[in-house]
Amino acid sequence: MPLLDAQSLSRSFGSTRALVDLSLAIEAGEIVALMGANGAGKSTFVKILSGVLAADSGRVTFKGRPFAPADPAAATAAGVVTVHQSTDLVGIPGLTVADALMLNRFVDPRQPFFVSRRHVRREAEAILREAGFDLPVHRDFADLAAADRQLVAIARALANKAELLILDEPTASLSASESQRLYAALLDLKRRGIAILYISHRTADLAALADRVAVLRGGRVVQTFAQPVDFDAAIETMIGRPLSSARPDARAGEGEAIFEMQDARLLAASAPFDLTLRRGEVVAVTGVLGAGKSRLLSAIFGSGRLAAGRMRLAGQPYAPATPRAAIEAGVSMAGEDRHRSSLMPAGWPGESIAATIALPHLKRWYPSGFLATGRERARAETAIDRLGIRAGGPLASVWTLSGGNQQKVVLARWEAEPGKLLLLDEPFQGVDVGARHDIITAIRSHADRATLIATSDPEEAIEVADRVLVMDHHSLRAARPIARAHALEENPS
Amino acid sequence: MTPAKNERPENREAAAASGEAMREFLRAGAVFILLFAMVVGFSVAQPAFININNLMSILQAVSVVAILGAGVTVTLSVGGFDLSIGAVAASSVMAASYFMIVWGLGAFSTVILVLLLGALIGFANAFLIVRLKVPDLLATLSMMFLLTGLQLIPTAGRSISPGLILPDGSTATGKYDPLFLLIGRSSLFGVVPLPVVVMAVVAVVLFVLTERTRIGRLLFATGGNELATRLAGGRTDRLKTLAYVISGTLAALGGIVVAARVGRGDVSSGSSLLMDSVAAALIGFAVLGLRRPNVFGTIVGAVFVGVLLNGLTMLNAPYYAQDFVKGAVLVGALALTYGVARGRS
Repeated sequence: MPLLDAQSLSRSFGSTRALVDLSLAIEAGEIVALMGANGAGKSTFVKILSGVLAADSGRVTFKGRPFAPADPAAATAAGVVTVHQSTDLVGIPGLTVADALMLNRFVDPRQPFFVSRRHVRREAEAILREAGFDLPVHRDFADLAAADRQLVAIARALANKAELLILDEPTASLSASESQRLYAALLDLKRRGIAILYISHRTADLAALADRVAVLRGGRVVQTFAQPVDFDAAIETMIGRPLSSARPDARAGEGEAIFEMQDARLLAASAPFDLTLRRGEVVAVTGVLGAGKSRLLSAIFGSGRLAAGRMRLAGQPYAPATPRAAIEAGVSMAGEDRHRSSLMPAGWPGESIAATIALPHLKRWYPSGFLATGRERARAETAIDRLGIRAGGPLASVWTLSGGNQQKVVLARWEAEPGKLLLLDEPFQGVDVGARHDIITAIRSHADRATLIATSDPEEAIEVADRVLVMDHHSLRAARPIARAHALEENPS
Repeated sequence: MTPAKNERPENREAAAASGEAMREFLRAGAVFILLFAMVVGFSVAQPAFININNLMSILQAVSVVAILGAGVTVTLSVGGFDLSIGAVAASSVMAASYFMIVWGLGAFSTVILVLLLGALIGFANAFLIVRLKVPDLLATLSMMFLLTGLQLIPTAGRSISPGLILPDGSTATGKYDPLFLLIGRSSLFGVVPLPVVVMAVVAVVLFVLTERTRIGRLLFATGGNELATRLAGGRTDRLKTLAYVISGTLAALGGIVVAARVGRGDVSSGSSLLMDSVAAALIGFAVLGLRRPNVFGTIVGAVFVGVLLNGLTMLNAPYYAQDFVKGAVLVGALALTYGVARGRS
């Protein structure tokens, strides 16, 4: 009998079906990797297992008993513990690692009211011994490396008698050596009979860890691959078409150079690199979280600075001090995490599609200073038609839209006025497959400007770009499509 | 896109509209319905209530609170908060009196200087908040303290009236300019008190500024999502500074109206102005069911409280119950704004 058995789970959000008949079983002591493109249903599945969401239909059994946690605490109490990608919330800067390990005991009313330093340290050391990790319990949590924070989160999960660990992109922000430490720790847990559901795109992770790889697409498990995993087949299953079909229309960069960067250093200590973007070209920068992609984009957009180096835009020296200066020079950016970087909160003025598109163009569109909203409404209607935004109308709130349609609105904002260079940071975050296709078509339809896209997902990079660059340790490397290179090295099929 | 896809949201909207229309109407209009009910109720119980002079005296009584409330609304719209407005208004009363009675200035120079003083204090607030990154509540709270103390220093803690004996022993020779007193004591066409006219002008200008101009859009954008506004090219530091300068200037204007009505520089003036104008701005959230700061709502909120207090006073409710009544209105309005809204979603 499997430890966890999910059968025919489904879950819809309005008209969007996030999960459709998903079934997956996990045995004790097994590491199952979950792969899936954005919108495939990974996070919905994890949220159901961790008690954040309830399934519409289907059932889950855990250790042979029905499992339907009402909230995350209930899931944890039952032995299913989720460790999230962001580990900043695991502990509190200013408190020690021991405190971080003991946090959930502090909130337990059955624990003694008074706590002594010594008691906390002893208990914390017991927790670490139990988990088999070696961490400095006296150190400030803020001083821990990302991998060690992951270990703190995992150790705490184990102290809660976890039998199924769910890890969401745990290596996304880890360096290679840190990842190795995490692998060793996870394999040790596996030997002790703990099951792990591991969500990741990184083939290195999957090759090192996974007993099985389950590929999600359109809300169901379309195929599972046992070791040795054929990753190209898995990736092709994930994106639903052969990798070789990526961009048959890729354009060779032959236009004039619109943007040039020379001897650029993102950090004082990072390696220098050059970058040239030509008219009409779409270039993607890929690399793991924290590699410096966003830093590169913010330096070009004036919301950050280069540590060293020169930039030229359309032949002129270019060094924007603020985003405003960048926009005036013809550079625009749709930032990472559109809720934070682009949208107004729900119920607040400026939340409509029209106002969202108009925000950077107010001065140009309303030179008198008074709003004549017909203008932005007309622009929004054009954008809705052109990008196929599914919305009630130009005055509908962006919060009534799906993630993909929100992203189209953000793109429409920067396409409303012509520019020389468009920067897109993770433009496919939380965007379903259909909308992603529309967005890619829209991005590629402009021949008069250059587009630079940052994405941590190599498949997305290949899908959208004429040219793919890799960002690693805050420096750009030569273009090399990762998945295909991998195919040549390990799976000559 | 297929026709079927096109139809769905519209159908849903239509269905929702018919189902929710009544509740939505009640939510948006609740304050007006209550206001109307109050006016009718008070008029029946005490016919003198509906007298035009009484209505004007209500408006005159709320004019200062409404002017300050408009300033609070602007700072709320940029996501800030100005706790110093009451103290700015009180300092302006003292400053206006000092300028005229001690320095012997005329009405025009006094008004201009006091408004400049208000703007300057707003600028100082903005410097603390925008440049030094002091949290808005702390910055304006300390400014409030500073001003509350500062206004006492030039006169060694005395109220300012003609014949004031200065700390150095000499006697002030000036007096209130009659022209200045007209601001507080005259009426337009003998019916509408000038403070009410000032309030109306402030209300219209601020309403147009916040709701109908691109500056207003950017002010709200700063308050809604400062990062997004900056990334869209907005100069959020300037916008926040503008908001605090507007707030300080309006508070000074409120102080001028108080000074012109009272005709002396009272050390205790303006003690309840802060709470009353913040309350008006917060009640304004409920007006039209907007759930956000808005100038129109703030004015209605101020009038609402004014009508309620005036009516209760005419019905011989004790004066000491006033704060309780204001508090109850505020609690009710906020419960309506947030509680009912949550039930909707």
